Amino acid sequence: MSVQASPTLFMAAAAAVAARSDVVTLKRVARLHVWTHYGGLGEKCGRVRCCWAIGPGWAGTGASPPRRILSGRVTAEVIEHLERLALVDFGSQEAVARLEKAIAFADRLRAVDTEGVEPMESVLEDRCLYLRSDNVVEGNCVEELLQNAHRVVEEYFVAPPGNISLPKQDEQQPFSHN
Amino acid sequence: MLGRTLQEVSAALKQGQITPVELCQKCLSLIKKTKFLNAYITISEEVALKQAEESEKRYKKGHSLGALDGIPVAVKDNFSTSGIETTCASNMLKGYVPPYNATVVQRLLDQGAVLMGKTNLDEFAMGALGSDTGGSTRNPAAHCGIVGFKPSYGLVSRHGLIPLVNSMDVPGILTRCVDDAATVLGVLAGHDPKDSTTIQDPGKPFMLSSLTDVSKLCIGIPKEYLVPELSSEVRSFWSKAANLFESEGAKVIEVSLPHTSYSIVCYHVLCTSEVASNMARFDGLEYGHRCDIDVSTEAMYAATRREGFNDVVRGRILAGNFFLLKENYANYFIKAQKVRRLIANDFVNVFNSGVDVLLTPTTLSEAVPYLEFIKEDNRTRSAQDDIFTQAVNMAGLPAVSVPVALSNQGLPVGLQFIGRAFCDQQLLTVAKWFEKQVQFPVIQLQELMDDCSSVFEIEKLASVSLKQ
Repeated sequence: MSVQASPTLFMAAAAAVAARSDVVTLKRVARLHVWTHYGGLGEKCGRVRCCWAIGPGWAGTGASPPRRILSGRVTAEVIEHLERLALVDFGSQEAVARLEKAIAFADRLRAVDTEGVEPMESVLEDRCLYLRSDNVVEGNCVEELLQNAHRVVEEYFVAPPGNISLPKQDEQQPFSHN
Repeated sequence: MLGRTLQEVSAALKQGQITPVELCQKCLSLIKKTKFLNAYITISEEVALKQAEESEKRYKKGHSLGALDGIPVAVKDNFSTSGIETTCASNMLKGYVPPYNATVVQRLLDQGAVLMGKTNLDEFAMGALGSDTGGSTRNPAAHCGIVGFKPSYGLVSRHGLIPLVNSMDVPGILTRCVDDAATVLGVLAGHDPKDSTTIQDPGKPFMLSSLTDVSKLCIGIPKEYLVPELSSEVRSFWSKAANLFESEGAKVIEVSLPHTSYSIVCYHVLCTSEVASNMARFDGLEYGHRCDIDVSTEAMYAATRREGFNDVVRGRILAGNFFLLKENYANYFIKAQKVRRLIANDFVNVFNSGVDVLLTPTTLSEAVPYLEFIKEDNRTRSAQDDIFTQAVNMAGLPAVSVPVALSNQGLPVGLQFIGRAFCDQQLLTVAKWFEKQVQFPVIQLQELMDDCSSVFEIEKLASVSLKQ
């Protein structure tokens, strides 16, 4: 048995599942797939796949999404990078086109001569920032604050496991998990 | 009673012509009748009646808190209100109930104001009719025939205002007349230890003096604001206003704000960048919407944010992140900050040359019908509609839109006055003089309420067009 479980086995299963499930949906849905493969010592390594269902016609066909074929500044790499940084997906070709337009719009700033001009961070830059003295004057509102969270255990906000990064685009497989 | 100014209503309450509870009930009744307008996201009926009852007790004892005691107010739904849902009109904050009041809300309540509810807005205030980060206290005011005032940046606390662009956001005040705006400003302005971007002077209430002599005034007319897209009607009102000042003895001169045409682009970069940062807090963990995905933190954040934000918000976050990328930071973000300084300097130069107040249009035309409006996307609309109001936010200056006249279609049109930084009182004094000269017709709410049968027809039409 190879160190990594054979990807082809999973791909076949994936394609079968994709063909069955209603992947073609107009509503954008994040779908997660857990693909485990075994390391040399038999350890499980859970890798999370995230596949945005980007609209009708793509998932399950094995074709790459149109967004890989681009002109202009917003390359596939940039898209991937931005989606990871922003943790917000483009979701459609229109969104990519909108970004390209936004960049083209912003490019108009090049026409302005800013030689020797300092960037302005705040209109109040000439004033001294007010600083409070470092004394505790309020707090003790744990219960109120915890009330707004969906998942809480005792005094903790509960998060899913961390240190699992979103998958790269070329590793995405269009199959759904349990 | 509901169509009167704040000061008139306040006087009526003091004299016992109407009680706070009666006033509150009338207000609630009108809100219900106009529900099809979808102006309110949350109507805080119980809270309002309770506050009205307390106000009534105070009036009976002769211990009213001031001009705002018993006055119905509404607050945009991006201001935190303790115990009352605050959503920013976004799925991301659906069901979010803040445990605290924004400072401005607290200051209104401390004066006895009665909170009727939370009003609607574009999601996270990102539309052309958004919050006063780009003009959206003044733009809607101009379209609706009321006074829309944007104070100087730093005068009014932003604590509790869910931020869009921290360096430009300002709570805006919408009232029927300039005096009312001054009354409210007197309550809201002043240092807040919870907002370190407020200036250190404490606030105090003030009364606007009535100008009788404008001969010492110098009014500036920025030539770059005369754009081809400006409707001829608005242009003519602007021109008439300038002539009015001149005929009363004021000095009216043409001035130049050379970088005006770059203000929208500059805003676009700075706004999307700050938005990308500000929206990062919405991850589903501590508050707000959370999706069901549990496999990893990043996956949960990503799905939560996709479900919680609409296209406009997501588009701005992505654009902002693009401009903030290492390879783009200097060419876009820093560049925009430099252009911002040039824009702010334009105003400084003009005010240093002896101009007291600038007079400009507020909007390109009267309000555009909904079906016409939605033909262009959000960024195009913002770029077009905020053209007169945006630069003011870049420079942090005070500005006020005053209704001037009804258009040929019978829709209101407003004009904008821009003042020097922290000279809000002077600005409002000039605006008050102008308001008195212009005598814009007072809204006849009684006719509106009596005409309710036709309202149900409008209701059907409104819901049809919204579905398209």
